[in-house]
Amino acid sequence: MASSNDLDIVRVTKQFGAHFAVNDVTFSVAPGEFFSILGPSGCGKTTLMRMIAGFENPTSGDIRIRDKSMIGVPANRRPVNMVFQSLALFPMMSVGENVAYGMTCRGVGRAEADERATRMLERVGLKGFGDRQVTALSGGQRQRVAIARCLVLEPTLVLLDEPLGALDLKLREHMKIELKQLQGTFNTTFAYITHDQSEALVMSDRIAVMNQGRFEQVGNPRELYHNPGTPFVASFVGETNRWQGAVSAGSNGAVTVRLPSGVSLHGQGQAVAGDALCFARPEAIALASDAAGLSALSNRFEGRVSAVLFDGANSSLLIDTPGFGQPVRAVLPQAGALAGINVGAPIHLGWSSDAMKVFAA
Amino acid sequence: MTTAQRLTLFLMMAPAILWLGVLIVLPHVEILILSFSERVAPRVYQFGFGNYLEFFTEPLYWRTFARTAIMSILVTAITLVLAFPIALYIARVAQGRVKAMLLLLCLLPFWVSELVRTLGWMMLLRETGIISYMLRMTGLADQPVELLYNDGAVILGLVYGGLLFMIVPLANALESLDPSVVEAGYDLGGSRWTVLRRIVVPHAMPGIVAGSIIVFMLTVGNFATPVLLGGKNGLWFTEQIYAQFITRFNWPQGAAFGMLLLLLSSAIVWAGLRLTRQGLGTTLRQA
Ligand SMILES: Nc1ncnc2c1ncn2[C@@H]1O[C@H](COP(=O)(O)OP(=O)(O)O)[C@@H](O)[C@H]1O
Ligand SMILES: [Mg+2]
Repeated sequence: MASSNDLDIVRVTKQFGAHFAVNDVTFSVAPGEFFSILGPSGCGKTTLMRMIAGFENPTSGDIRIRDKSMIGVPANRRPVNMVFQSLALFPMMSVGENVAYGMTCRGVGRAEADERATRMLERVGLKGFGDRQVTALSGGQRQRVAIARCLVLEPTLVLLDEPLGALDLKLREHMKIELKQLQGTFNTTFAYITHDQSEALVMSDRIAVMNQGRFEQVGNPRELYHNPGTPFVASFVGETNRWQGAVSAGSNGAVTVRLPSGVSLHGQGQAVAGDALCFARPEAIALASDAAGLSALSNRFEGRVSAVLFDGANSSLLIDTPGFGQPVRAVLPQAGALAGINVGAPIHLGWSSDAMKVFAA
Repeated sequence: MTTAQRLTLFLMMAPAILWLGVLIVLPHVEILILSFSERVAPRVYQFGFGNYLEFFTEPLYWRTFARTAIMSILVTAITLVLAFPIALYIARVAQGRVKAMLLLLCLLPFWVSELVRTLGWMMLLRETGIISYMLRMTGLADQPVELLYNDGAVILGLVYGGLLFMIVPLANALESLDPSVVEAGYDLGGSRWTVLRRIVVPHAMPGIVAGSIIVFMLTVGNFATPVLLGGKNGLWFTEQIYAQFITRFNWPQGAAFGMLLLLLSSAIVWAGLRLTRQGLGTTLRQA
């Protein structure tokens, strides 16, 4: 069966002793796609990358690049290049030599390699940096050298292992956009791993959420955010309120959950009986100063503001609501009438049943 | 600086200055002065460069020195080639207790004195020794084989004695190499040879230079090993110094040879540093 994908991972498993670092993972990456693997630290992301790059052998399963199996192909013969978590620039070489290294390994002549390295450095915004020592670069510049060093080889696939992890917040925000643009202009397939959901959401065409060696869900950022398939995805991707209770009634996807306090919540999900987990995004929670404004919503409550978390456009409120164990988090629109609300003020809150996802616990 | 500060500094430096002064500078100054006193008649000495001229005019002397220097460079090179894979293994593959064990194993031969170690080699290599015996037993030789008293035996003994001093700085240098840098070398298409040549060796360069200097200086200045394993064919420069001091009782000549050994071997080290474009500073930091 011919595949038009750049990368096909087929039922790959990696065991370290009795521990399954990667457990029966299957996915494909299409040409030109920005594919991210998102998961908490220690879930097996790096192990998966290293198998694709050729530094680890899968215990079972197949890794195919452009429909050619990579099992048994050494790392230096695979058409993939990796941007390492630590960047792994060669400190004994200049910036230009770092970029030219891969080409000289492939038998490109010294002069041509130097020239192509210079052009590549220009394209990533490092014109004239060729003779610098890599130790004399800033974090963002080192980042670009690491990427240029891979892109200059025109690989089928570039693997990036949390490359922004070492940067400070401001630079990270900037590099996110830059990386996405770079991928667009070079039209190279990227497989990117991160534990930072915002990195994944901003940059990716598709995201796989990974947990304890397994893929929980694969989808585009909107799907994952709005239609999480598992409780793990719901809580890991994006901010959310989370409540635990027991299903009291359920049919055709409409579920009613009773919290330990006796409060009933109406949501959507496949759970029909037993314990359940409910998730509602802070931005799905509507706020009003009187009950009348929320009459259309199926979940309506009254509470008191316990904290105002001001963060510009991301500001939110924590609302102590009778019947809920923890304060409910709700986005506070800075353009609305409630923008100036203070701690202690009474407030009405509500959300529709569509906005609350219910999963069997 | 206040007087008190200056005094504190002086007191702090005193042991080091004393150490350098008494053990290194003083004897050398003495030797230096001695080397310039020429014997004009029995028991009559006067200032002059004759002892130094003697070295350059008498072919035996400078040839012996040249031979010593070339053999020492060879020994250093062989030691480096042998030590590199061992150091690489200790630094990059061995973990925890195995690593400590391996380093201890390298140290073990130094538990016994150099003399005893060399005598051990003599036991193995002499005509009636175990290797000769084994060769005869397996039929590879039909009469006793003398493996002692040739250049090979001298090189063997010297390499053996120098190995540890090469392994330790090398392993030290290789230890600090980030494993992902090596992986990046492969990932970008480098073969084992390319990665070794362009990444591992350049990274280990300070260790290579430090180890080579130590081994070279130890080898040039060695006495027991070339004498015992080389016998009459040893022809090591230190033997000449020994002969002048002890056999001929010509101390000024011996002193001049001593100074020449110091100067010429330092010059070789300096040339080596220039050749590999290494600064002495980075090397010392590694050692
Ligand atoms: N070489 C190895 N030997 C044994 N266990 C390993 C090895 N590499 C990784 N692991 C284990 O596999 C799991 C996944 O690790 P890793 O892939 O590095 O996670 P991530 O990159 O998602 O943080 C971890 O529990 C880690 O301890
Ligand atoms: Mg990792």
